[in-house]
Amino acid sequence: MNRREFTKAMLACGAAIPFGITRAAGQTRGGTLNTIIQPEPPVLVTALNQQQPTLTLGGKIYEGLLKYGADLKPMPGMAQSWEISPDGLTYTFKLFPGITFHDGKPMTSEDVVFSCMKLLVETHPRARQNFARVASAEAPDPLTVVFKLKQPFAPFIGCFDCTSAPIVPKHVYDGTDYRKNPENDKAIGTGPFKLKEWVRGSHVHLVRHDGYYLKDQPYLDEIVYRVIPDAASRALALENGTVQLVQWSDVEFYDVQRFKAQKNLEFTTKGYEYFAPHQWLEMNNRIAPMNDKRFRQAVMHLIDREAFSKRVYFGNAKVATGPVSSKTKFYDPNVKRYEFSVDKAKALLDDMGLKPGANGKRAEIKYIVPPYGESYQRAGEFFRQSFARVGIDLVLVGTDMAGWAEKVGNWDYEMTQNLLYQLGDPALGVARTYISSNIKKGILFSNTQGYSNPEVDKLFDEAAITLDEAKRQELYSKVQQILVEDVPVAWTLEIEYPIIYDKAFKNVVTTGIGSHETFGSVYKS
Amino acid sequence: MTRLGSAAAIGLQAIGRIAQLVAVILVIATFNFVLVRAAPGDPAQVMAGQSGASDPKLLDDLRREYGLDKPYLVQLVSHLGRVVRLDLGYSYRQRRPVVDLILERLPATLLLTVTAFCLALVIGTALGALAGLAAGSVLDTVFTVLSLVLYATPVFWLGLMLVLVFSVTLGWLPPFGYETINVQLSPIEHALDIMKHMIMPVTSLAAIYLAIYARLMRSSIIEVAQQDFIKTARAKGLSGSRIVVGHMLRNALVPVVTVAGMQAGALVGGAVVIETVFAWPGLGRLTFEALLQRDYPVLLGIFLILSIVVIALNLLTDLVYRLIDPRMTTGAA
Repeated sequence: MNRREFTKAMLACGAAIPFGITRAAGQTRGGTLNTIIQPEPPVLVTALNQQQPTLTLGGKIYEGLLKYGADLKPMPGMAQSWEISPDGLTYTFKLFPGITFHDGKPMTSEDVVFSCMKLLVETHPRARQNFARVASAEAPDPLTVVFKLKQPFAPFIGCFDCTSAPIVPKHVYDGTDYRKNPENDKAIGTGPFKLKEWVRGSHVHLVRHDGYYLKDQPYLDEIVYRVIPDAASRALALENGTVQLVQWSDVEFYDVQRFKAQKNLEFTTKGYEYFAPHQWLEMNNRIAPMNDKRFRQAVMHLIDREAFSKRVYFGNAKVATGPVSSKTKFYDPNVKRYEFSVDKAKALLDDMGLKPGANGKRAEIKYIVPPYGESYQRAGEFFRQSFARVGIDLVLVGTDMAGWAEKVGNWDYEMTQNLLYQLGDPALGVARTYISSNIKKGILFSNTQGYSNPEVDKLFDEAAITLDEAKRQELYSKVQQILVEDVPVAWTLEIEYPIIYDKAFKNVVTTGIGSHETFGSVYKS
Repeated sequence: MTRLGSAAAIGLQAIGRIAQLVAVILVIATFNFVLVRAAPGDPAQVMAGQSGASDPKLLDDLRREYGLDKPYLVQLVSHLGRVVRLDLGYSYRQRRPVVDLILERLPATLLLTVTAFCLALVIGTALGALAGLAAGSVLDTVFTVLSLVLYATPVFWLGLMLVLVFSVTLGWLPPFGYETINVQLSPIEHALDIMKHMIMPVTSLAAIYLAIYARLMRSSIIEVAQQDFIKTARAKGLSGSRIVVGHMLRNALVPVVTVAGMQAGALVGGAVVIETVFAWPGLGRLTFEALLQRDYPVLLGIFLILSIVVIALNLLTDLVYRLIDPRMTTGAA
């Protein structure tokens, strides 16, 4: 697709009647959806905090200009259409008329410019990187926003969902200390639901925003998010119908199987396409033996990832073939495959001189178990057994969240497990793990393993500013081949989190951002 | 000594005691600060870690906002200054005054723990006394086995089993929470609703305390029954009930009061496991979550209040001793 065709496709998409905007037969008004929020967010303003629970709940209160479908194509959010100039430098968005904030004030293009260029660049690390590419942002009229980029950045159109660029009211935040603004407690957005009550430690109660700009929406009257800290209690709550929807890791993977069989419940793994959670075994490339490519390749061979998926994630995961998820743009399946082979792993270890000692052991490596729940503990056990097959003693070290963040962020680890969202495009969610410029001590989710390859850096840089899709595919295919050969981290699985909900509720998953959606079109039959 | 001199002495003694308490509280506050900060981890890293994205600016902004960019000693002095002013500071994570957070959670915690504690104390002591008086009988064996089973049962398991039976299977009781959300209730209906929500968490929590008091009381009664003064009482011809109520129970209660006094301090801290299983919005969960988040002001605030409560309860326990056993009064033989 050339630039002109790309622009046409974008325009066509913008002009299409968006999913869920018109009222189809059978959509009834009313009803309450009870669901879970875990852990409890510190604040509901998604512009200020981007933890997954904040985004799930805040996604009902705050909106972005766009949404993304399961195919990752942009869909109308608060922008009803958009246009990209052929040189890829100017992005023009047309807003829906009649959008109001929950305090009754109109939402205009001024609010968009303020949110993106002033507030988010202060408070939102991802948005800070994305909008740093903008030379100027203008609001020529109340319904038009124009972003002019410093240089082309093809994934820019993928930076406008409610998690990446939530729009906040300028009249509330301009000139204030954003993080300490007392209005934060009111969470004033434009979404179909507004905050009625937040009883900390108990629940968050959202009610219908009557001034919502999409006709008839929202259909539901209320959504109640209950804080239930214990995983077994959350499963019981779904089982007995106290809650009618669970998402992400609300229920442990070993419980998911039984809910698949529960007749009143619908099960899907759709709705995570934009995030595409990608998991790997992280190895500190600075330390021997992980600093040897052959060791890292051996790790790829010694983990039976099919069995890992079945035994630890009960089949709710797909084997990852490399750095890019199969759900993300520019995924290339034609890369070197590392089949499960203990013999090949042993041969590679022997070749690098890491031979068994008198006690049959080749090495002892400390593995920090991430403190994110039962599945991570089981994964650690699985890895320990896998490494034992080749004579490597993996010592599991437990810690809590703060300890893990400090150790990994400061490179004070040998091995651990990690998981990151891919955000639809390698330039947004993949490059950050491998490029040298992102080796930053103290910063989590950067290139913490310390992999550096100038060719990889160059390819990622070039692909980000290339507009031609075919050319981008070529560049990303090449980078995937190099990375799979170098194995900076040992990719394990594409995790398929479930969304499980009562069949009485319809339209629950309609886009690639799934449970972070506004739920304006969800209705109870 | 004149009356005036005696009053002055008591006054001085009281001032001395108060000064001693303030000093103890300041030492505790310092110790808590050092202890909390000795744990690895940094609240800014935790916050960034949970957001799935981080950069130096975010960490710098958060550390500046939390005051963590200042030298360690400056932070300690500033903390002690706040303690003296009775200011518990602001929560890093929730950006609200710590005192508000504690006061919000305290009623739910006290309702749960005090109810469970009182029930356990009364029922456990009564059952233990009955078992002790009937030592060696079938009743004693049944009580002993029952209290052993209750003592050995993990509290989270008992909680989940109760939910499975009474909520999932029978549908009689709400599975979790403090109250029914989103309904209009009269004050009486609201109180009944809270009581209904309390049944399972209180039962789970009371079970373990009950077992402790029952076992303690049983062995204490058996020990007291063999004392010489009981034999003397019998020889004097006192009635069985008078011996039990007037002599045995009062003496047997001393170890129970000691243990209860020690445990009472923990009541304010909440019951982390039960609050987690039953999604009870109490102080125990707040503490646990603050620990995970390294929300230092919340942790230090809760620890300080707990320390004060424990000191106060120790004084109260001393007073109760004197009530049930006048020999413990200072100067008595």
